[in-house]
Amino acid sequence: MFTLLQVELYKIFKRPRTYIAFIAIAGLIGIIQLGLKLDGDAYINFVMSNAEQSFTFDGKLLNGYLVCYIILQLLLVHVPLLIALIAADMISGEANMGTLRLMLTQPVSRFEIMMVKFTAAAIYTLLLLVWMAVLALFVSMGLFGTDDLIIQKTRYLVQLSNDDVFWRYIGAFGFALLAMLTVAALGFLLSVFAENSIGPIVATISIIIFFTILSTMSIPIFQKIQPYLFTTHMVAWKEFFDLKVNADNTALKGTLQNKSQIIQSAWILVAHIVLFVGVAMFVFKRKDILT
Amino acid sequence: MEPIIQVQNLSKQFGNIAAVNNLSFEVPTGAIYGFLGQNGAGKSTTIRMLLSLITPTDGNIRIFGMPLQQHRKEIFKNVGAIIERPDLYGYLSAYDNLKMFAKLNGMQPTHQQLMNQLDQVGLADRAKNKVKTFSQGMKQRLGIGIALIHNPSLIILDEPTNGLDPQGIADIRRLIIQLSKEQQKTVLLSSHLLNEIEQMATHILIIDKGKKIIADSAKALFNPAETMVEMATTDNITALAILKNSKWQSAIQLNRGPNIFLKMHYNQIPAFNSDLFHLNIQLVMLQPRHSLEDYFLQVTANSPSDTLILNH
Repeated sequence: MFTLLQVELYKIFKRPRTYIAFIAIAGLIGIIQLGLKLDGDAYINFVMSNAEQSFTFDGKLLNGYLVCYIILQLLLVHVPLLIALIAADMISGEANMGTLRLMLTQPVSRFEIMMVKFTAAAIYTLLLLVWMAVLALFVSMGLFGTDDLIIQKTRYLVQLSNDDVFWRYIGAFGFALLAMLTVAALGFLLSVFAENSIGPIVATISIIIFFTILSTMSIPIFQKIQPYLFTTHMVAWKEFFDLKVNADNTALKGTLQNKSQIIQSAWILVAHIVLFVGVAMFVFKRKDILT
Repeated sequence: MEPIIQVQNLSKQFGNIAAVNNLSFEVPTGAIYGFLGQNGAGKSTTIRMLLSLITPTDGNIRIFGMPLQQHRKEIFKNVGAIIERPDLYGYLSAYDNLKMFAKLNGMQPTHQQLMNQLDQVGLADRAKNKVKTFSQGMKQRLGIGIALIHNPSLIILDEPTNGLDPQGIADIRRLIIQLSKEQQKTVLLSSHLLNEIEQMATHILIIDKGKKIIADSAKALFNPAETMVEMATTDNITALAILKNSKWQSAIQLNRGPNIFLKMHYNQIPAFNSDLFHLNIQLVMLQPRHSLEDYFLQVTANSPSDTLILNH
């Protein structure tokens, strides 16, 4: 199984297409960081203009933690598109190339092939998020320094002290990994049904876009189905950046305002991953290879 | 010796179409087993079932005496295969493709082993070139190299000379014969090229519309002592009944088509012709069949043969 995984990773990382996502993320993060470095204060003044009428801020508002938060908010919506490029190609790409039949005539079971292919897609997803974390968090910390993180929520401001932020990012990236694995699992499932890569890639992206729109629209009829859409739960990483306050409104460091929401969303995403991968295996085990 | 492949009552239905219909055959160990049929006859479907790429609707397959469904992994450790054109990873080199498939077969190949294998199929000097730059013939040769890298005792080749130039075809033919004679490997070889099969096969299976037409040794099919004679009379049913009560009874071959077929020595044909006169059978046509081409045409007479390559 380990050899099979090695072979699968070798195939993934020998393909030029694999690096598109890494280059895209580096480019996008670089542009955001450059923009904020050059004109970040004006941006912050604009964003916080309402809050500054009621509060006085002391310290460095535009710091590495805030830059990372801005990047995550902007990018995590689009990363699924990059994940789909690889995950939705895992089986369909091999079918399209004609290598699937050669692969299946080797002394490895279909179950092993599927397990290894999903594991390889998961490793790719993990590496992409690690890459994103390095660039968005660590490089931003290096470029902008660190200070308290102040986030404007819909109805209130959250201030997280400098020493209470880093672990939240670890949690947020961990949760984002789960969310992206759900996307990978969806792409993986769709790739089983197709014999070319374009179909499942476009289908995965379309489903994500469609569900994301449904998840964010405040129309009552859509709100009823929102809890059942995995895209609703994919944004629960933001819950890591909110904390409890006591009766006199003092922030309680190291706490999560909505821990149960994070846990519930995580389980729902895990259930989706298991369901998508399980169905993919069930279908693939019985599939006639005609390509 | 136990046959290396045993197929019993194999069927595959795609919707209303029976791609393979109740097919049974056995491949003897050490044979070059030619699997003949027109395009669409069911050869590739059968081979894909042998390689568990397609699940049979019905029937049993045993390879090395083991049921395929339960022992697939164990069986495939000793099987090398190419199904139609060998599509490989174009963005990898020939060397990397070979190394990868060797690893999938549980090998840890040395550089020398890989280079020797590439040399055997004439690609040693292109080892580091990406496969996407290869011609179809080179890909085909690399595919054969991959099929042989783990030294399997059973090799299954579906149309292995597709896309090859005459020299390439001759090379592959030589390699297959060498594998059989020098390394005692069993080769199951499908083709719609009659000449190709005729020159190599020790045994032949002909299928048409998913059904077995005949399976026999090439020696038996081409042996003068077992010449197939086709006859047509004014009334085949009556003629067959008369022959069943004559000394030619044992020569009658049933279920071969609308005409009557008998197997006899080539030298017996004049005497048989004479007997037909005495038995009062009104003969319309009497034709001995020698070459595989004739034989193939005869047994698939009711099928359109536009996809069959007859000329050598």
